[in-house]
Amino acid sequence: MPIDREFKKKLFAMMLKIRLAEEKVVEVYAKEQQMRTPTHLSIGQEAVATGVCLALRDDDQVFASHRCHAAYFAKGGDINAFFSELCGRENGSNAGRGGSAHLSAPEKNIHSSPILGGMVPVAVGAALAFQLNGTDQVAVGLAGDATYEEGVFAESLNFAVWKKLPVLFICENNLYSTNTHLRDRQPRSTICERVSMPELKAVSFDGNDVEVVYLKTVAAIKKIRQGRGPQFIEFLTYRYREHVGPNYDYDKGYRTKQEVDEWQEKCPVENYARKLVRAGVLKKEDVQELNKKYSAYADQAYQKALRSPWPLKEGLLENVC
Amino acid sequence: MSVRELSYGDAISEATVQAMELDSEVFVMGLGVDDYKGIFGTTLAAHQKFGNARVIGTPACENAMTGIAIGAALNGKRPLLVHARNDFMFLALDQLINNASKWKYAYAGKSAVPFVTRGIIGRGWGQGPTHSQSIQSVLAHFPGIYVAMPSSPYIAKGILMEGLRSSVPVILLEHRSLYSMKEPVPVKPYMYPFGQGLIVHPGKDMTVVATSAMVKEAVKAAHILKKEGIGLEVIDPVSIQPLDEKIILTSVKKTGYLICADTSWASCGFASEVSALVAEKGFRHLKGPIKRVTLPACPAPVSRELEEAFYPDYRDIVSSIEELIGRDLKIDLEKYREVDAFKGPY
Repeated sequence: MPIDREFKKKLFAMMLKIRLAEEKVVEVYAKEQQMRTPTHLSIGQEAVATGVCLALRDDDQVFASHRCHAAYFAKGGDINAFFSELCGRENGSNAGRGGSAHLSAPEKNIHSSPILGGMVPVAVGAALAFQLNGTDQVAVGLAGDATYEEGVFAESLNFAVWKKLPVLFICENNLYSTNTHLRDRQPRSTICERVSMPELKAVSFDGNDVEVVYLKTVAAIKKIRQGRGPQFIEFLTYRYREHVGPNYDYDKGYRTKQEVDEWQEKCPVENYARKLVRAGVLKKEDVQELNKKYSAYADQAYQKALRSPWPLKEGLLENVC
Repeated sequence: MSVRELSYGDAISEATVQAMELDSEVFVMGLGVDDYKGIFGTTLAAHQKFGNARVIGTPACENAMTGIAIGAALNGKRPLLVHARNDFMFLALDQLINNASKWKYAYAGKSAVPFVTRGIIGRGWGQGPTHSQSIQSVLAHFPGIYVAMPSSPYIAKGILMEGLRSSVPVILLEHRSLYSMKEPVPVKPYMYPFGQGLIVHPGKDMTVVATSAMVKEAVKAAHILKKEGIGLEVIDPVSIQPLDEKIILTSVKKTGYLICADTSWASCGFASEVSALVAEKGFRHLKGPIKRVTLPACPAPVSRELEEAFYPDYRDIVSSIEELIGRDLKIDLEKYREVDAFKGPY
């Protein structure tokens, strides 16, 4: 299935929007100290959330992990609510109660939570509800490579495959769990080899090519809507910045600058811009304009967040029960 | 209102069926809910009536199952999870605590995940270290979930029906030793609210706050002591979280004494919580020290002889009261002992 020009622009624009919003976080996080929430940046990984979420319908549901900013935007989360949440304001996505790792937009069908594997069974439960209700919605569990080390994933996979539930498991493999490389956590076999079973063939693709991510997700979603049960896709990608926080960390010894550089050569956003310019989908000036536009969006949203009201202390106990 | 005798187990079964009739979103889920035993008979009628579509047997996956209930609840379903032993809920604490109890708060009230978890507490017949714990204080520690311990068929039916229409994740801890207990239960659906305690036995001299299976031990102690001219007021809080503070404080204000009889250990437990409540808000009414009747600080043993030594009952409540009044009442407590008619397996 070819992707039309307009949709290619859409894929690019979403990745750029995410990148520039997060670059704004990088710019102000340490310097201005306004975002008092542990922040796991998706910089370098934008293609996965973008390609996956843009392959979904609005009523499909996404359940993301701690590294959830990209998925939040790609599923339609508002940029003002994003910056306000990071700045702890009442008009934040979670009214300052959830922070960076719980970014959510229930009306856009996205929830996030940072305990590894915590959202995987929730996605399966949403899929169970879809099956019981007879809708053709799909639930997506979007999580990193370490989530698939958690016991609850095995429980969730077993249940989902047994019940043939409409759920898509996405493994966003960025090679690292905090500061530990995959080879120091898992056997030599691949994640897909270990997840696969006769009823489910797990597949792995380049997660830095947004068109690949999009097309593979579209194919998986089609199978799921046909009633063929859960699908599992691993997308290989890489985060540039430290596990949590705005800095580079190749001087800390667990990975090399050379490795980071090599992955930056494969940058999903820049490479896609070049590709679209080469193909005549966008002109160089268009790319510059889009850069300006989304930079300004991020600036304005951050400034607006700083002017937004704090939650009232009287509201501390709201929404407990 | 039409009323007839119903056992604790049958009351739970009836509540399940009636809740499913009233709300088509309610479904039952758990390991063994669809088997021939149906969780001590409590899911048999529902399974017979609604079939596998709404009574869903699951693999052994307590944590995922709880997450699955959350995801289903998020989409308007009303899951009722069942654990034949509440000890297995330790495997589900991640989802119960990290997701369910935080959900409404962390998402600023924009989404909520109401569902009910039933867990059964074992006692005796060699249930041993890992099948007879009583985990209410662990769960009630965390804001954002309701925890209740029905002590009678009437409460068991009403609170399960209330739980299945609540807007909050609810945990109901039932006691296996109460399953054969019978009392009049209305035929029609009714609700027993969370956060409302009950004066099970009125009295003017001393307050006993008792939970779950300890309620009947406290009532027994009250009957024995009545003959000695001592009036025990037995209060069943029913709900551990939220707690009916008022009913406890009002009683202590009247009696000046507090004995807490809980089904679990003392350390950081519910008996300690009630003691702290009264020490904080009812101190000036106290005429003597607070007493806690709880499990000895060891895991539950298996051997019959050791079980005898392990589980507190009415005798321990009477002894604690003798300590408070400073004299031996010289009651032949052994003559009140009931023969354990249970034949097992538990």
